[in-house]
Amino acid sequence: MSRRRGLAALLGPPLLWLVVAYLGALAVIFATAFWTTDPFTNQVVRTFTLENFADLFSPTYLRIIGRTLLIAALVTVLCIAIAVPLAFFMARVAPRRLRGLLLAAVLVPLWASYLVKAYAWRTMVQPDGVLDNAFGATPGYGFGALVLTLTYLWLPYMVLPVYAAFERLPETHLEASADLGARPLATFRRVVVPALLPAIAAGSIFTFSLSLGDYIAVQIVGGKLQVLGTAVLQNITLDLPFAAALGTVSALIMVLYLLAVRRTGALDNL
Amino acid sequence: MRLGRGAKIALTAFATVVFTFIYVPILVVTLNSFNSDRTFGWPPPGFTTQWWNLALQAQGPRDALLVSVKAGLGATAIALVLGTLLALALSRFDFFGKHAISILVVLPIALPGIVTGIALQSVIQNLLTPVFGIGAGLFTIIVGHATFCIVLIFNNVTARLRRMGGSLEQASADLGARPFTTFRRVTFPLLRSSLLAGALLAFALSFDEIVVTTFTAGPDSQTLPIWIFNNLFRPNQAPVVNVVAVVLIIVSIVPVWLAQRLAGADAAESRI
Repeated sequence: MSRRRGLAALLGPPLLWLVVAYLGALAVIFATAFWTTDPFTNQVVRTFTLENFADLFSPTYLRIIGRTLLIAALVTVLCIAIAVPLAFFMARVAPRRLRGLLLAAVLVPLWASYLVKAYAWRTMVQPDGVLDNAFGATPGYGFGALVLTLTYLWLPYMVLPVYAAFERLPETHLEASADLGARPLATFRRVVVPALLPAIAAGSIFTFSLSLGDYIAVQIVGGKLQVLGTAVLQNITLDLPFAAALGTVSALIMVLYLLAVRRTGALDNL
Repeated sequence: MRLGRGAKIALTAFATVVFTFIYVPILVVTLNSFNSDRTFGWPPPGFTTQWWNLALQAQGPRDALLVSVKAGLGATAIALVLGTLLALALSRFDFFGKHAISILVVLPIALPGIVTGIALQSVIQNLLTPVFGIGAGLFTIIVGHATFCIVLIFNNVTARLRRMGGSLEQASADLGARPFTTFRRVTFPLLRSSLLAGALLAFALSFDEIVVTTFTAGPDSQTLPIWIFNNLFRPNQAPVVNVVAVVLIIVSIVPVWLAQRLAGADAAESRI
């Protein structure tokens, strides 16, 4: 058997699956974004139009896109702000024998059901719920609760790469910096942060993309809040081409984001 | 970096707060499954196992559990075959377009799930149902899940193949074994634990998935997460939903815990 035939036998089935079941479906939905619907039957009509994309620039949808980007950005920033000190503690401050345990403690909730975690926050923020009784205040369903829940959901995706980066950072670099007279804060800014950037970028791919595409958590804790995901959902039955255009926009934002962070070497850190 | 005592105490306090933040919501859900108050008033006024009994007898969650298990097994089986083939091809051969394929395999989990969801839904409605007579149901759920489970198997097997190197396979070939014999007697036994680890992760992911499943599940084939979501906003179902949620936590954590132990040294290399 020639090597070429062997390769074809290995590659054939998985490529056929991914191209037909996945890329084929994606191609259909991107094409749909350029079609229109019959105003009476709501059926998709296959005539080319850019109208769906023009409609995106209406104030309503610009606001929804802006709000979604703001949520994704806030969640990413919060995840970074929590993950960096936490990962530093796990990798450098905590006793060595505890490190594996701490890592597992971050990993386990990552795999607990996404839906259940969103649901857990619903019971946390509900009126007369845990937060209300513990602190006498709750953000209630809405923007604040959604940012909090998404931060909670995606935090492990940021902690893991940052922790790995701290582990890789040689102790000697930190000592050299201190020996050269740098105070801890200067060492952090000039030695630690540059070493962390690719890891943070890698984590942000998840925190950003997952926040961008979310439409389940927002229904559970977001109250009546409208984001890209819910807008897609509402248009599917009546105006599939417009829903497809909204979906295309979120995929496009994500591709641009991937291209932007690729420069930091984030993709090798996934 | 020499940290002062104050900084160390501050960091420890910070980490304690974060770990509390991570675990309290999960703990609250678990405790609420024993909360005698129907609307989960906090602190719980009393302890009861009534909801667990109710949930264990309810037909809805039981049917949904069956669908979830079937979907998980089906998707895992397909992903095992396709992911292993792909990992072997990409680790043991050099060819044009290799880089593109390694991106293609990650794409199903990197792009927003809702895009994948509406894409599959429109294929089901416009092609599968009218042309092949296949409606949304268990089959379409499995197809969707298998597509993003491939990457889990692929990552686990690739990590193992990289660590193994190719010398054992070469030795086998030198001794006259045909490629399939080499795979059966050399490669496969070495891959076995990484396949099991990947399969457990794939099953856990499939078991928990809701974003794509919403669009591929038919009215008669609800998975457990879909059942929870559909009943989430019905006040009188709340206690049963909560019990099912606890079951879901346990079912999705145990396989991952096992997978971590099985994968051993590979685990550090593949994080997803």
